[in-house]
Amino acid sequence: MLEKLLTAQKRYYVWLLFLLCVITGCGLVYLQQLREGLTVTGMNRDVSWGLYISQFTYFVGVAASAVMLVLPAYFHHYKQFKRMIIFGEFMAVAAVIMCALFIVVDLGQPQRMLNVMLHPTPNSVMFYDMLVLIGYLGLNIVIGWTTLEAERLDTDPPKWVNPLIYISIIWAFSIHTVTAFLYAGIPGRHYWLTAIMAARFLSSAFCSGPSILLLLLLIVRRLTSFEPGGEAVKTLTTIIVYAMCVNVFFYLLEIFTVFYSQIPVHEEPILFLFAGHDGQLSWVSYWMWVAVGMAFLSLILLIPPQWRTNPTLLPVALVMLVAATWIDKGLGLLIGGFTPNMFETVTPYMPTGREIAVALGVYAVGALVLSLLWKIALSVKKDVNAFSD
Amino acid sequence: MNKSRRSFLKTAGISAFALSSGIAEPANEAYAKLAPGRYTRGETALTAKRWAMVVLTREFKTPQDYEPLIKACHSAHNVPDIAGRQNIKWLWLDAYAHVFPDDMNSHLDEYTRAASYPLLCNHCSNPPCVRVCPTQATYKMEDGIVAMDYHRCIGCRFCMAGCPYGARSFNFMDPRPHLANPAPNPTFPTRMSGVVEKCTFCAERLAVGRFPACVEASDGRLLFGDLENPSSDVRKALANNYSIRRKPSIGTQPGVYYII
Amino acid sequence: MYNAKAVIFGILIFVGLCASPFWASFIGRDYKSTDIVLPKNEKNCIEDADFMRSQHMRLLNEWRDEALRNENRVYTALDGKKWVISLQNTCLKCHNSYEDFCQKCHVANSVYPYCWTCHIIPKGGK
Repeated sequence: MLEKLLTAQKRYYVWLLFLLCVITGCGLVYLQQLREGLTVTGMNRDVSWGLYISQFTYFVGVAASAVMLVLPAYFHHYKQFKRMIIFGEFMAVAAVIMCALFIVVDLGQPQRMLNVMLHPTPNSVMFYDMLVLIGYLGLNIVIGWTTLEAERLDTDPPKWVNPLIYISIIWAFSIHTVTAFLYAGIPGRHYWLTAIMAARFLSSAFCSGPSILLLLLLIVRRLTSFEPGGEAVKTLTTIIVYAMCVNVFFYLLEIFTVFYSQIPVHEEPILFLFAGHDGQLSWVSYWMWVAVGMAFLSLILLIPPQWRTNPTLLPVALVMLVAATWIDKGLGLLIGGFTPNMFETVTPYMPTGREIAVALGVYAVGALVLSLLWKIALSVKKDVNAFSD
Repeated sequence: MNKSRRSFLKTAGISAFALSSGIAEPANEAYAKLAPGRYTRGETALTAKRWAMVVLTREFKTPQDYEPLIKACHSAHNVPDIAGRQNIKWLWLDAYAHVFPDDMNSHLDEYTRAASYPLLCNHCSNPPCVRVCPTQATYKMEDGIVAMDYHRCIGCRFCMAGCPYGARSFNFMDPRPHLANPAPNPTFPTRMSGVVEKCTFCAERLAVGRFPACVEASDGRLLFGDLENPSSDVRKALANNYSIRRKPSIGTQPGVYYII
Repeated sequence: MYNAKAVIFGILIFVGLCASPFWASFIGRDYKSTDIVLPKNEKNCIEDADFMRSQHMRLLNEWRDEALRNENRVYTALDGKKWVISLQNTCLKCHNSYEDFCQKCHVANSVYPYCWTCHIIPKGGK
């Protein structure tokens, strides 16, 4: 099926070339980081994880979200999702690759990373995280490729894929749960030490991931006339709304426990995120309030059925939802976890330009993988006339 | 297939699995040695069931009193002097409110509140850093010391997120340009960019019969000894004085005690 | 075969390239001893020279794990002699010239261990 990549429009190759240029440029910045060390980032002794790990966390969620298509389609035989499913699976592949890269760029000694396998350590959550991510990557590649191949040959997918699909459904939950356990089991990091962390991660993943998928598919529809299916879009939007409601609800639960109990160490991270420190708003506070605003606005636009089916309002609402969840998980989670620091004082963190450049490079790799895989899927769909109803 | 052949294959298969999966090499236990010789402790090595430290904080009048200790530690271990927040600290000072945030009250006596307290790795009995490390680059030894193997560290900094005491430092950059040349202690290695480091309770000095550098430099104001031995200095001091530890509520069981 | 000529030609070039070290050695110089300078003050290394030559890196790994993890910091060699386990303080005491000893062999064998980014080479060195 790889040959499908050879027959595309010119603008597709221009897009790939653009991505390669971005990857090269950002790769050079990464080389600089390799040479000089992580001192090129804004991280420091007190805020020892930053943008890289937060992006890793966010994209584990995006990867896990493919299950929101797979589960209805295979557990509930919801046929309308069948056409879209491959895009969810391939997006999961791209997202897991981004996760792996975000971990690699965050390591101080990346050439030693195989030590994690050489000295397997069952008491470390990171060991399990590596296992589940590699497993999930493999599952999605195998399932995606095999089902697409079957579609191309107009046959049923081989029987052995079915158990893999059921495993992948459970597995999707596991990857984000294990990622939450990276944070939720650490004594002394008060913002993270909460049993609802994994549930929050999953709910935020299950609204943001499908939103990103839907937004990308709307772009693809513009570019190629591929029709994801009106009924499918409607159902997926409903899933997104429920997940976002649960996500906001879970965050409010957190707020209640923290502020009704009035335990200072639990209040401080949230106060810092929203109100800054010493009467001075920190840069992340502005972002957090924007996130709050966009979270509620997106819900206002998504909850009434006549609005969420409106073709112009839907993308706007989805963009706001993605932005809100990204700020919550991609900025607030890490900064709140490390602020105040272990001495109950505030150490500021702000990603540096070079840090952002390296992260953008990883984004570009993800976009490249996604573009390649989706192009193959789209070509196959076109060949077998599964482009629209 | 005859019986012996089958059992041979079975054993071979199991051993191959065990070898490849690392079961044959449980952490810190004897495994097939490469070297023909034997490994033993040094004859003069100091040993204990559980090393611990007691800080007699009242004996230190000013922050300057701690300076020789910090200097002794940092030069014994070639700890670089880096400006800013990407710095390396093994032994350092902070105020009561930051060292014991759980014990703070607004009417604490002025002396206790204003004094500086030394901070270092607590060598916890139940260390979160060891729990989270994905490569066993940090580990707890039999005598309670939480040690680091810089060769194995991949620099993921999970241990820094895990340590509730901020005792760990990451080498954000090559430390050598930030050290005197030649290095203060030519018998001790430096570290490299991209690994985490921290206080080791001077395991390398205990091995040759010497107390930790800070204890040696403290004129008896830091006590060091075996917590499991009722007649040790540390146990006597703890038996006769009111002592506290940092963040006791999170169950890490620090090995550094402060007599206030 | 489709495009047989081009394919076979390509395979030949590929094999030729893969075997290039052999061709290079035919025209290249003969193997020359690395001329390492042995320590003057000590006749015997920890174990015999063959073992040290082929296994010193593994021995160092084992030494490191024994010393750092099991606190066994003394090694009793086959001949009964006791050595303190330390690359920097034991090995480098005799092998005190990085340029004349370590580097010569490592460069000749194209291996570039980074021991010296942390372990301090005596007498200035790198």
